[in-house]
Amino acid sequence: MNGHATNRRATFLKAYSALVFAFVYLPVVVLILYSFNRDGVGGFPPRHLTLDWYRQLFGDAPIWDAVVNSLMVAAGSVALSLTLGLLAALALDRADFPGKALFRRLVLLPLVLPGIITGLSLLMFAVFVGAQLSLFTVFLGHGTALISVAATELFAGLQKMDRAQEEASLDLGATPWQTFWRITLPNLKLSLIAAGLLIFTLSMDEIAVTFFLIGRDNTLPLEIWGRLRRGITPEINAVSTLIFAVSVGLIVIWYRMRASALSAEAQEFLERP
Amino acid sequence: MYSRAYKTLVSVPPILWAGIFLLLPYALMFAYSFWAVRDGVIVHQWNLHNYATLFSKPVYIEVLLRTMRIAVSVTVCSLLLGYPLAYYLSFRAGARKELLYQLVIVPLWVSYLVRGYAWKTILGSEGVLNGFLQYLHLTHEPVAFLLYSPFAVVLMLTHIYTPFVFLPIYAALEHIPRPLVEASQDLGAGSLQTFLRVILPLSIPGLLAGATFAFVLTLGDFLAPLLVGGASGTMIANVVQSLFGAAFDWPLGAAISACILILTISLLFLSERLEKRWSFK
Amino acid sequence: MSSAAANSQQRPPATPGTLLEVLGIAKRFGAREVLKGISLNIASGEFLTLLGESGSGKTTLLRLVAGFEQPAAGEIWMSGERLDTLPPYQRRVNTVFQHYALFPHLSVRENVAYGLRVKRTSATEIGGRVEEALRMVKMQEYADSRPSKLSGGQQQRVALSRALVNRPLLLLLDEPLSALDANLRKQMQGELKALQRELGITFLFVTHDQEEAMALSDRIALLRNGALEQVASPRDIYAHPATAYTAQFIGQTNLLRGEIKDGVARCGSLQWPVEGPSGAAIFSLRPEAIALASDGMVPSGTARFRAAVQQQFFSGASELLEVNCGGQLLRVRISARGPLSGEHEFVFSIADAIRVQE
Repeated sequence: MNGHATNRRATFLKAYSALVFAFVYLPVVVLILYSFNRDGVGGFPPRHLTLDWYRQLFGDAPIWDAVVNSLMVAAGSVALSLTLGLLAALALDRADFPGKALFRRLVLLPLVLPGIITGLSLLMFAVFVGAQLSLFTVFLGHGTALISVAATELFAGLQKMDRAQEEASLDLGATPWQTFWRITLPNLKLSLIAAGLLIFTLSMDEIAVTFFLIGRDNTLPLEIWGRLRRGITPEINAVSTLIFAVSVGLIVIWYRMRASALSAEAQEFLERP
Repeated sequence: MYSRAYKTLVSVPPILWAGIFLLLPYALMFAYSFWAVRDGVIVHQWNLHNYATLFSKPVYIEVLLRTMRIAVSVTVCSLLLGYPLAYYLSFRAGARKELLYQLVIVPLWVSYLVRGYAWKTILGSEGVLNGFLQYLHLTHEPVAFLLYSPFAVVLMLTHIYTPFVFLPIYAALEHIPRPLVEASQDLGAGSLQTFLRVILPLSIPGLLAGATFAFVLTLGDFLAPLLVGGASGTMIANVVQSLFGAAFDWPLGAAISACILILTISLLFLSERLEKRWSFK
Repeated sequence: MSSAAANSQQRPPATPGTLLEVLGIAKRFGAREVLKGISLNIASGEFLTLLGESGSGKTTLLRLVAGFEQPAAGEIWMSGERLDTLPPYQRRVNTVFQHYALFPHLSVRENVAYGLRVKRTSATEIGGRVEEALRMVKMQEYADSRPSKLSGGQQQRVALSRALVNRPLLLLLDEPLSALDANLRKQMQGELKALQRELGITFLFVTHDQEEAMALSDRIALLRNGALEQVASPRDIYAHPATAYTAQFIGQTNLLRGEIKDGVARCGSLQWPVEGPSGAAIFSLRPEAIALASDGMVPSGTARFRAAVQQQFFSGASELLEVNCGGQLLRVRISARGPLSGEHEFVFSIADAIRVQE
């Protein structure tokens, strides 16, 4: 065969893939680099490196207020989305009712729908019921949008679960309630954690829906957004870098947890037909 | 195996939630789209003016078309970047496949705002890229079109959605049993032919899923234009956003949103049908 | 519950010594009738096997007894009490699942203790009974391991002991050995049989493997398309199959189709005297019932025929011959003797030609 052509193509593919990786990572790398730049967010090269911007960041009270607000909303969203998402996943997996297909699509819709639609529809709803826009409305918005994430992840977890285990539990004398707590939930542990982490991250980062439901108190993304209009300094790079570091930290934690919870053998065991 | 009580208990709360917080708001949005604004107040007078305006006024049509162009560009570019990467990882990366996969996932966890902001600082006339080009004496003046243009919007959103497009394509490619590739080669097809005749067709569901995702979300994006789009890069969602803001015309805004919603749902349905047609189970 | 209602859920079994009564059980999945009015009694202490192909309904019947399905019609009674109206966790029945269904997040000990813990048995009693159950299946040293670390055979034992520790009245086994390789299977078959004898617990065993069924069971219930084809002990069902299906499913046989006319059965070129009215008839003749005439067995009551040896399969202790008798292909099993060819004379005892229904 034409070995040369194949080799050339293989090298080209490798180089191309490297370029794609670079494209995906470079902007963030630049961002992090310039958070140490004394002279601002642009220009080239960054000559004077300093930690001043981080110092300024740590003294910046409104930012940290916003962080606290975001954390509260995120924690609430995780609780709400996981609970309702779990119920939704169970309903989709086990129950049959009229309108189930519509329900399934409805629950999954916010995942693929542009945030502005979710945000605006909820805004109109808030006005309709006469609710005051606040962190609470933001929390409800996030919860609604993120149930999709929980439901998808937990549904996949339920499908992967060996159904016979629940039957075995009933067979051995446990009631359905006991079975749920002793067998179903532990089997979903990984899915619950995965979903929880993802919901937390998405909530902390959420802008589109939040944009329309925010009251007086800002979440972190909206605080940053507000500052972007006023003029950008590397302080924003600094806070972005911190956000990036925390995100990566969460991923590492997640993978560690996953690795220890599922040793290779257990993984094989669970993947048996 | 599950009693009626069990099934009712798990179904009712989420159904109630979906009804109140999903269905009802969408219904309200549709209702608003048929109302009007008079002297700065929303009047519940049922009419079709909003839809008529949307489809007849040139300014709206222009923005709509621009949005479509941008969405198509983003989708195509994300596919051009994401597919080869997925192919490389799935078929050529060997032992490093798992590690590289984690590396591709990482940016997904990083804030949209962070990444958008990064591009803002890179593309500006005083930005990193211009500084870099001038440093290398490749240009003497800042290149203007980089920022505050549709180009910037496409660039930023491609950056955002390439990993999203990568994921389902990678999953689809991983599902292709390797013996199929071997059989194809055994029968005389080289790698290019094998790719075109075997791998690509079998990966279409993943491709469609990723493309739909990128297209639909770009269509309704209003943040990227605000960050890097400038006046020439406004998209339809920005129009909606201002109608709910300074331009205060909720009914018209609702009408446009309703159209976006319907368009999104239609595209999802279409994509689903196509995916089914192209999945060989 | 009123006394009248209570009484209707209680009555002594039809015959003493019967543990389980299945009465007219029918089950439908959508439009498909999976079980068509099955009635069956299982005696206390018996090892009964439900045998059949996939789709025969054997697993469905087992799951109905376990409580994971509800019958469309019919009743199930156990020890004089109505069973099918109870949820699975209230039945004195335990199941060994096909793929064991061990709880991966619990140790072996915790798995076995599970049934006792959910019924809030005292910790001391649990400890003792779990030890005893693990000893029964020789898995004591693995008590603190996770199921994922065990081999298939070991997991199977744990599944068994997890069920038995609850001292069920009836143990259900859903093709428990099908996931094991051939040698391990044989070994586990022996252990299961010994265990059942020792404990005296009634076993209801499901399998599609007729050899396994014959080796283990006190009685076999052969299911076909949701109906009982025949229920009998292994020796009975082998020697006296009622239908052509049974004759072919259990062991190997030659199905001879022909007719009886004036007291003579004629199947192809074979004929022998037979009692019964004239008409079409099918006979089952086992390969081992046919012998070479030259081997010298010529008692009375035999029939003879000449046939050409077309194929020969050696299997250690015996040979399986495929012979052609005037266009009719028959299988003959004889003791090992080296290659044969050409025409030979064969003989069989007329009593071994069993008349079967279609």
